Amino acid sequence: MWKWLHPYAKSESAYQLCTTLVPWFSISAILALSIGTVWGLGFAPADYQQGDSFRIIYIHVPSAILSMGAYAGMAIAAFIGLVWQIKTAYMGMMAIAPVGAVMTFIALFTGAAWGKPMWGTWWVWDARLTSELVLLFLYLGVIALYKSFDDKIQAGKAAGVMALVGVINLPIIHYSVEWWNTLHQGATISKFEKPSIASEMLWPLLINLFGTGLLVGALSIKRLQNELLRREIHRPWAIKTLIREGKA
Amino acid sequence: MNPRRQKRLMGISAIVLLVAAAVWMMLTALSENIDHFYTPSEIVEGKNGAMPQVGQRLRIGGMVVPGTVNRDPDTLAVSFDLVDVGPIVTVSYNGILPDLFREGQGIVATGRLTEFDFIVAEEVLAKHDEEYMPPELAEKMKGIKHVKPQNIGAGQ
Repeated sequence: MWKWLHPYAKSESAYQLCTTLVPWFSISAILALSIGTVWGLGFAPADYQQGDSFRIIYIHVPSAILSMGAYAGMAIAAFIGLVWQIKTAYMGMMAIAPVGAVMTFIALFTGAAWGKPMWGTWWVWDARLTSELVLLFLYLGVIALYKSFDDKIQAGKAAGVMALVGVINLPIIHYSVEWWNTLHQGATISKFEKPSIASEMLWPLLINLFGTGLLVGALSIKRLQNELLRREIHRPWAIKTLIREGKA
Repeated sequence: MNPRRQKRLMGISAIVLLVAAAVWMMLTALSENIDHFYTPSEIVEGKNGAMPQVGQRLRIGGMVVPGTVNRDPDTLAVSFDLVDVGPIVTVSYNGILPDLFREGQGIVATGRLTEFDFIVAEEVLAKHDEEYMPPELAEKMKGIKHVKPQNIGAGQ
């Protein structure tokens, strides 16, 4: 059933696949993000309570959702790496990690900038904010653990176990606003009921969410490509690729 | 799947499950401390069988009861009632209220319980809900007319 997937564990075919995917991901990410951002910041109506300040939602919510999505992707790569012992999967895991960490940071930063005028404070130690901060530390921990090993297979295993264990934080972040009393409000779009946001405000948000997902994908794929080349720089395929692309 | 992979799969799943169980038990044990605030009924009727003590520093989160906001005309002192589903707790505060503070709004206040239903607050934060809509729609659906806080006094 999964036989078609096996060739992509090889560095060269993974690299080729990335080369095909990168332009699609980056072009559609740029398109979606420009449409969504201009629409959201410039044309969507202001909120009845928060006025124009609510517009930071168009950056805050996509980056927050993708900080969790990237973590899930990283954990799946770690799982594949650990069970099937594929080193390309570890490289994928480490390609995603910094991108996800940046998304988490953007979510925390825009959240603080939004909290100050609306709630009256930059930061409170409520369950949602704290668990998102823990997510940032998990990303940094995975990266630091990986960097602290010289043997990259050992490094991948150690960081992979940490990434997998950290998955427990994802449902905690998502349900924190339901399980506990938090200053942060409940979910607006990531729930099974109808989104509690007017449709002319929802569309640019969805487009930006989609665009941010593509951006995370594009950056991770590009990083994976670089890592593949860096690790196998002495192998014939890498040298051939570099010469073909005119970089050596 | 060959036996070695199966063994690794079982091993990794076991680690993740065990850690998940440990975290879940920790969170259950800590759950009352993780809550960011008490609701008014939890302050008056107790929470999980424990009553908050008079003199205790705590946070309260509830809805401002319309018509109970009393501002001192000369100072920044203000007092208002908070409610969730039943009992009412009165909060007094001396300071600048956040922009979103208005009657019917959810707020979170930090302060000291001086009587069983009276809190002297040092900090008042506004909590907003997860609904976003343009003002015209809000007026149609909820009958809420958005007025800037400084215009409230002038309009009445």
